[in-house]
Amino acid sequence: MAKGRIRAKLRKSHLYTFCLYQGPNGKGQQTVGGPGFSRIVHCNGPQLQSERPFKYRSNDISTTKYSFITFLPKALYEQFNRVANLYFLGCAIASVTPLSPFSALSMIAPLAFVVGLSMAKEALEDWKRFMQDMEVNSRKVKVHTGEGAFGKKAWEKVQVGDVVRVEKDQFFPADLLLLSSNYEDGICYVETMNLDGETNLKAKRALEVTLDLDEDEDFKNFKGIIKCEDPNPSLYTFVGNLEYNDQVYALDPSQILLRDSKLRNTAYIYGVAIFTGPDSKVMMNSTNSPSKRSRIEKKMDYIIYVLFSVLLVISLISSFGFAVEIKYSMPEWWFLQPQEADDFYNPEEPVTSGISHMVTALMLYGYLLPISLYVSIEVVKVLQATFINQDIHMYDEETGIPAQARTSNLNEELGQVDTILSDKTGTLTCNQMDFLKCSIAGTAYGSSTNAVELAAAKQMANDLEGKVELDAVVSYSEKDRQSPIKGFNFEDSRLMNGNWLKEAKVEDIILFFRILAVCHTAIPELNEDTGSYTYEAESPDEGAFLVAAREFGFEFFQRTQSSVFVREKYTASGKPIDREYKILNVLEFTSKRKRMTVIIKDEDGQILLMCKGADSIIFDRLSKDGRFYQPDTTKHLNEYGEAGLRTLALAYKKLEESEYSAWNTEFQKAKTSIGADRDIMLENAAEMMEKDLILIGATAVEDKLQKGVPKCIDKLAQAGLKLWVLTGDKMETAINIGFSCSLLRQGMKQICIPAIDSDVKEEVKGAILKQINNGSEMIKAEKDPHAAFALIIDGKTLSYALEDDIKQHFLDLGVRCASVICCRVSPKQKALVTRLVKLGTGKTTLAIGDGANDVGMIQEADIGVGISGVEGMQAVMASDFSVAQFRFLERLLVVHGHWCYKRIAQMICYFFYKNIAFGLTLFYFEAFTGFSGQSIYNDWYMLLFNVVLTALPVISLGVLEQDVSSEVCLEFPAIYQQGPRNLFFDWYRILGWMANGLLASLIIFILNIVIFYNQAFRAGGQTADMAALGATMFTCIIWSVNIQIALTMSHFTWIQHTTIWGSIAAWYLFLFVYGALPPSISADAYKLLVEALAPAPMYWTATLLVAITCNLPYMTHIAYQRCFEPMDHHIIQEIKYYRKDVEDQHMWTKERSKARQKTKIGFTARVEAKIRQIRAMMNKKH
Amino acid sequence: MADMNRERHRTRETAFYLFTQQSLPACKPVLTPGWVVEIVDRYDTECVPEAFRIDKISYIQDDSIPKNCSRFMKVHKYMKAPIYIYYQLDNYYQNHRRYVKSRSDKQLLHGQKYHDTSSCQPVELNSGQPIVPCGLIAWSLFNDSFTFIRERAELKVNRKNIAWKSDRDHKFGKNVHPFNFQNGTLIGGGKLNPKIPLSDQEDLIVWMRTSALPSFRKLYGRIEEDLDADDVIVVNLMNNYNTYSFGGKKKLVLSTSSWLGGKNDFLGHACVIIGSSSLILAIVFTLLHLKYRRPHGDTSYLPWNRKSLSG
Repeated sequence: MAKGRIRAKLRKSHLYTFCLYQGPNGKGQQTVGGPGFSRIVHCNGPQLQSERPFKYRSNDISTTKYSFITFLPKALYEQFNRVANLYFLGCAIASVTPLSPFSALSMIAPLAFVVGLSMAKEALEDWKRFMQDMEVNSRKVKVHTGEGAFGKKAWEKVQVGDVVRVEKDQFFPADLLLLSSNYEDGICYVETMNLDGETNLKAKRALEVTLDLDEDEDFKNFKGIIKCEDPNPSLYTFVGNLEYNDQVYALDPSQILLRDSKLRNTAYIYGVAIFTGPDSKVMMNSTNSPSKRSRIEKKMDYIIYVLFSVLLVISLISSFGFAVEIKYSMPEWWFLQPQEADDFYNPEEPVTSGISHMVTALMLYGYLLPISLYVSIEVVKVLQATFINQDIHMYDEETGIPAQARTSNLNEELGQVDTILSDKTGTLTCNQMDFLKCSIAGTAYGSSTNAVELAAAKQMANDLEGKVELDAVVSYSEKDRQSPIKGFNFEDSRLMNGNWLKEAKVEDIILFFRILAVCHTAIPELNEDTGSYTYEAESPDEGAFLVAAREFGFEFFQRTQSSVFVREKYTASGKPIDREYKILNVLEFTSKRKRMTVIIKDEDGQILLMCKGADSIIFDRLSKDGRFYQPDTTKHLNEYGEAGLRTLALAYKKLEESEYSAWNTEFQKAKTSIGADRDIMLENAAEMMEKDLILIGATAVEDKLQKGVPKCIDKLAQAGLKLWVLTGDKMETAINIGFSCSLLRQGMKQICIPAIDSDVKEEVKGAILKQINNGSEMIKAEKDPHAAFALIIDGKTLSYALEDDIKQHFLDLGVRCASVICCRVSPKQKALVTRLVKLGTGKTTLAIGDGANDVGMIQEADIGVGISGVEGMQAVMASDFSVAQFRFLERLLVVHGHWCYKRIAQMICYFFYKNIAFGLTLFYFEAFTGFSGQSIYNDWYMLLFNVVLTALPVISLGVLEQDVSSEVCLEFPAIYQQGPRNLFFDWYRILGWMANGLLASLIIFILNIVIFYNQAFRAGGQTADMAALGATMFTCIIWSVNIQIALTMSHFTWIQHTTIWGSIAAWYLFLFVYGALPPSISADAYKLLVEALAPAPMYWTATLLVAITCNLPYMTHIAYQRCFEPMDHHIIQEIKYYRKDVEDQHMWTKERSKARQKTKIGFTARVEAKIRQIRAMMNKKH
Repeated sequence: MADMNRERHRTRETAFYLFTQQSLPACKPVLTPGWVVEIVDRYDTECVPEAFRIDKISYIQDDSIPKNCSRFMKVHKYMKAPIYIYYQLDNYYQNHRRYVKSRSDKQLLHGQKYHDTSSCQPVELNSGQPIVPCGLIAWSLFNDSFTFIRERAELKVNRKNIAWKSDRDHKFGKNVHPFNFQNGTLIGGGKLNPKIPLSDQEDLIVWMRTSALPSFRKLYGRIEEDLDADDVIVVNLMNNYNTYSFGGKKKLVLSTSSWLGGKNDFLGHACVIIGSSSLILAIVFTLLHLKYRRPHGDTSYLPWNRKSLSG
């Protein structure tokens, strides 16, 4: 607080020349009060907002799908939206009529179980969302409670019209009108990363009239009325006015603080809530997360349709058969008393009977459609998600946040990803800048380890010796470069600890450091614990410069209205000297100018211009004499650029007093002018001054990548995944990151499509199309197989490229390029690009991001991944999976994705197999019962078949199956390609499984019928009746399907053993227990096992025979496949089984290096490219 | 107490004595080939007098015509007792849903005390009185009867214990007597002696175990004497049951059985076929493996090492 007071003397606006200029009233003010602009806010009078029409929505937000009241109808609707469930509902309803072949209970119970379980899962997931909302809603903020007192209130209690006080580093609870800040001129800084992903702080400025309201007491009698636009999603516009003290003041976006942005570098602000809760702009921007379904599940619907058609066909056959039997045979069957028959069996009306029999048949053959499929899949997915959540290798120790599957619907989709669309800031990078290297007066300082070159050299050496050391190469880039000081990672003893005094060009070095310490807009802040200064800078680069200057001995420690004070630690005298620099002018950085200049007067009265900016900009403005260091500096800059460092060139010039004052008058004139051409005048004035500079050096700042990012990108590239980077940052920054992530490398052909300045739309479009076509042709013409292309496109251009007539060309080009980087893209464009890739290629896309600006793309992509652990939860809330760090994506995809894909694919195939094998036996039996709808099995067997007797093994398959271990998955990323190629869920495989089921059903039925049809089967000479035959047949089915799943599995833990063999045991146990119940319950199964089946050798012989016969075809198939067409995981399983990987490590590493997909991006590819380059050079020399 | 001790002591001693004298009770398995012999005689047509063969239905429905009939069966191979007597019906849909459902297990057990017999439709009540046993199955009880004579002496046929023990003991009431059975206008099959409780009506119990297929055999009784080859058996039968309406065949079957049950060539054949095909597959795969040996874990099969795929 005290600090704030002191600093409040500062008028930050003094620092600014170009922005924050408050011009005459903008357009649109006249519309206030008209349609669409009806909102009226009584400042400091929330009680006035409690009645219509001033009652606006409260500030609590809800992202839940259901409420307590709507849950039941909505969730039920969702459940019965699925075709299969609707069908089962129909069956359940029909089951209470006499048409039902089963008891009503046996139809309703499984359905209730299945639907109930699914709904419970929905409820649980929604509950989690509810808890998250609660967390946000209950955040506290200070609100004016009357009489000048402020009290803490939960966010959800904030009302329109409330005056709130937001402190430093807090989020704004609602869209606020800025009234005042701790700065005298009402400036405050906000970080809008959550809204648009931009990391630069944005300055906002209060109206002049409200500046005085900067203490709690001032609000005692504060009254005002804001009339403004209605809630809308546009983040960058605002139209409204403030009636205050009987005056009307126009408002514009620069006074509006948006919810979910954050107050930075400002001690506190006061503001009035204008839009709350769902009305706030950020919430208006958020769309409901669409419910996503995986590709496999969509395909499963088609299988259901296929099976449903089969069901219809066999039901029709049955009905037809029944009608024929009723008409022609029934009158002769006196034992059925046809003359007494009711409607269903009336020989007089075979058509009616046939139609009503259709209902019976549809229910009877319902076992073809696995009722428990959906619920089993859901159970499996929830368990898989639990494993993902529990995975210790995806747990971030620093933040303590594990990976989280927020929806379990998409686990298997993780195994089929083709393209990853990634955000940059906060996802790939940490948004932290480290001062890494510099080039002063033509000398490069800073440790010059080039990871790529070192790795290439090492690998070449190894190749000569004939050994392969893979890990060393990959992990080299992982060298831990932790520095104790945030923002400073410089290693060079020549400059540290004052050693620079001994350098040759000491004058230049001093000047260089002074520029670092003086040329900025930051404010120092004393950290009382450590006694050192920290800096509140607008951009992290600037902060890094100041820290660097401090470490070199030029500590910036005070800023006053007109001066900057720097303490020079290492001087010739050995004593620290405080120096004051008078700031005459600041020409600050804008993305258009790409440079920043200060004009100062030092203690000797010398006027100096100090400038830092992009190298190309600076080089254009050098004087003839100032180019002395340019060749060396350029060389260094190129090196830095290739290493992905962010570079700035530093220059200065000395000014004569007269020269300066002449210019300054001109400049002041421009500054005070009013009108549209003010900007142009100012720019021209600046242009006049910023020329004839003298180059002194360059800086290289590392936009720090998150831990493990290059390695992860490398692995993902090896797994055959494409990576598109979509960033809100400028092109240069994006390219830097492209280099540091190895998405770009030297020698890669960059197809750059920058913004084109033209007002004629057609012209621009034509130019873009031409560039795109040129690029495509270049790629087509390329002969070198190693050539790689990169597409770098600017957001403005992108907006044209995404229009309908060009987008296909753009996509084609993008797909052919090894890496694609889109810069300066808006959140909406991110979503559009994602949609383009998703729909255009028809392949699975994954979007990963951390901020609210990524929400659109996260929701649009097939899978959205949010980076958790950063402030602001929007991305995570919208995502399907969240991980703490980008690097966990590797394990999430390559291990969990691969496993889940195969698990679910195999599980679904098996499900259809087992239900076909079982369901069709019912149909065959019909042919022997005159199509009367009699089932050979007891109702209970059928009820238990799906729910108990075969449920657990398939779930254990779905949850625990591993074709290869997680280590192998990571070592052989190429195995991942099984998913994107969909090797395990193509129609060939699905139909194969169905055919297997058909075969099994035929074998089971025919063998049993022929064996048992008329011969004595037990010791007393009795023949098998329906109960005995049914139970025997069912036993055969249980054995067959369980042996089948045992053959399918390749990973057995005790759980799989227990479930498989336990299921078989459970059947016998059930038969035993059920048979022991009194006959009134057990009916024809009474003592069936004990008395009849178990003592009969024929029963056991038949079981053995049928179970073996059923599995013989599949057994032959897998034997053949293993022998002659082994898949990659088969070989690796064998290698592992025979421990060849341990015995022959050379082979193992060799295979691992070969197993990489031919990739053109990533660290490994980069090293290989370097090796090729070196070899080519060596060949030339020889 | 002392007595008991002494008793136990003695038994132990006896066992020990038997052991030392090497005369413990023992089983002496001898591998003997077991053959199941089966004689099948279709009699539905032959047992209709020539005059009625054009209209068998009116013959069978006319109570005034005597239904007795004699058949001769030649034993072609020695048959060891017990010899099971089956009757076999074809084209008879005991598994029809209308038929299967038409019974009341509770009434069978509890008799008239149990009132809710709606499941027995359409054979539930007769002139307002409940029918015990109710339902189509009981109503259509098979009622042909057979006696067997060999060399003028009647063969003893054991008709006890032909039903499942659990059925007799727990499913058919010991105190439930047939009531109001076959008293309606429509007479289905056989009648039951109202004096005998249901639990002893074994023909009914057997009949009520509905068969799974439209062609089925049911146990009629056992001949507990051996039959020699070339014996000629005279079967005197009462051809009461109407299968003529729907063209169903009636057959009389005499069959011995082995430990595996009745004559079941198919099971054997199937076992042989499946066994041998497994063997053949094993051999084929072994040969293929020898010819095109793929060492386990051979890395040249990995897709990235295969030219065709890597392209």
